Parts: sequence; structure tokens; C-alpha cells
Amino acid sequence: MVDQSAVGRSFTPVTARVEPGRLRYFLNTLGEENPVYRNADAARAAGFAGTPVPPTYLFCLEMMDVDDPFEMFAALGINLSRVLHGEQSFAYHAPVLVGDTLTFRPLVTSVVDKKGGAMTLIGIRCEVTNQDGVRVADTARTIVVRNEAAS
Amino acid sequence: MTASGDIKAGDRIVHKVFPPITRHTLALYCGASGDHNPIHVDIDFAKAAGFPDVFAHGMLVMASLGQALTDVVPPSKLRSFATRFVSITQLGAKLTCEGTVTELFVEDGERRARLALTTKDDRGEVKLEGSAVVAL
Repeated sequence: MVDQSAVGRSFTPVTARVEPGRLRYFLNTLGEENPVYRNADAARAAGFAGTPVPPTYLFCLEMMDVDDPFEMFAALGINLSRVLHGEQSFAYHAPVLVGDTLTFRPLVTSVVDKKGGAMTLIGIRCEVTNQDGVRVADTARTIVVRNEAAS
Repeated sequence: MTASGDIKAGDRIVHKVFPPITRHTLALYCGASGDHNPIHVDIDFAKAAGFPDVFAHGMLVMASLGQALTDVVPPSKLRSFATRFVSITQLGAKLTCEGTVTELFVEDGERRARLALTTKDDRGEVKLEGSAVVAL
């Protein structure tokens, strides 16, 4: 079971490029037809210097470009089949545009046992900066681990 | 309707209904999102983990809510977006995403609104509860 010793652990920073083809695949999968994400003129009219990404896409970029997508689970001894997503948040500080190269720095910020140890909630925060060193966003997620029945 | 200067607390400014979630959608989202957890696409894996079937990625549901949100709020005005995943979203669910203004305030020299957000399936079961802060 994950314990307090995990708090403060950081993982390999992830560098992710915002690629137009991958973004189009995401937009098509979601049925996203908002021209601001698809048309450079619409994006400019909305005040962007390039084409922006939808609000949850930062989460995808981190997962797509990580070398080992389940590094954290392996490092903490978590079985992937016991994991659920509990909470997710994004704070946006500056635009993220197609062509940007982003760096994600994940850090474990909390470990909380629930229901007498039946579940463990793991909080992970992540700073996101772009190729110019601008902090574009902060993300936070809570991972729920359904612990194996205690024996 | 779009979020503008004349909105007030209690206004429901976000409302969008999505088509049913199919296995195909889950397979596409697996690739589109980089979330390759087999629990969302491999029924054998899902059953071995104690679930009756595969189920939607929470982030697929949040992406739908985000789409409903930026249909009415320009993405340049979105300051924060947060959700709690209340219950598992099953195959076939037809999602309804809604957002209501709860508060108007000034922060960082900017007029902002806080929205309470929900996503429910077609049986009315709450899937996501969340909030967003948008600039006006």
C-alpha cells in the first residue's frame, strides 16, 4: 500500500510537443467542431497568436509523450487494474498553442487513506512550462487506488 | 448563449447533450489521449479487475464537459477548470453537460464568474461535478 513516504516524490519530467495531427485526432474523437481549435483565422479572431488546445488536452500531452506512461504506478507499487481517477483540475496561466513544446514536472503532494485503508487517494501536482520558460498551467489530479483486501 | 458582461448568479449558460459513448469512441480516445490503460478497451482486463465491462475514461467525460464549456466561454477566458469523478460512466451513456453561474467576483484585476458544472448520464446519474472560473 502506498504510504506517506511517497509524498514529495517527483518523477521524470515529460517533454511534449503540441502536434497538429495528434490534436486533430483528439478533436475528431470528441466531435469537437469549435472553429477556434480548427481554423487559424478563427483562433486569431479569438485573440490567440496560434491555434489553442482544448481545456483537458494538457492531461493527454503529458501521457502521450511520457517514456513510461505508468512509471509512477510502477515506482509506487500500484497495480494498474486497481486505479481510478478521482479528481482533476487545471489552472491556466498562458495560452498553449500548436507548435509549443511543454515540460511537465509531476510531484506527489498527498497520500490519504480512506475507508479504513480500503482506498488510498494520491494527489499529484504538475507544473507546466513552455519552450520560453513561461509557466502556462498547473494541473492536479487525485488517483484512487482500490487496495487489495487486507489479509 | 455566450458568457458576457451581463450574466448573473443563477444563469445556466452551459448546456450540451452528447451522443452515446460507444466502444469505438473508447478505442479512439485511448489513442487520442495517450491513456492506454486497458481497463477502458479490453473487456477481459476489465472483468479480471472486477468490472462487468469496459467503461469510459474519466478524462473523456471531462473533455466533453470542457467542450460544452468552451462552446460558450472563449478558451482565452478560461482561468481554471476542475472536476471530481463521482461515478463510473458506462458504455452507451448519453451525457448532458451543464454549467450555472454561482458567483461574480473580481480577482487579479479582472471581473470573473464562477460556474458550477455537472455531467449526468441519460438516467440522471451524476458522473462529474466540478467548477470553472471564467473572465468576463
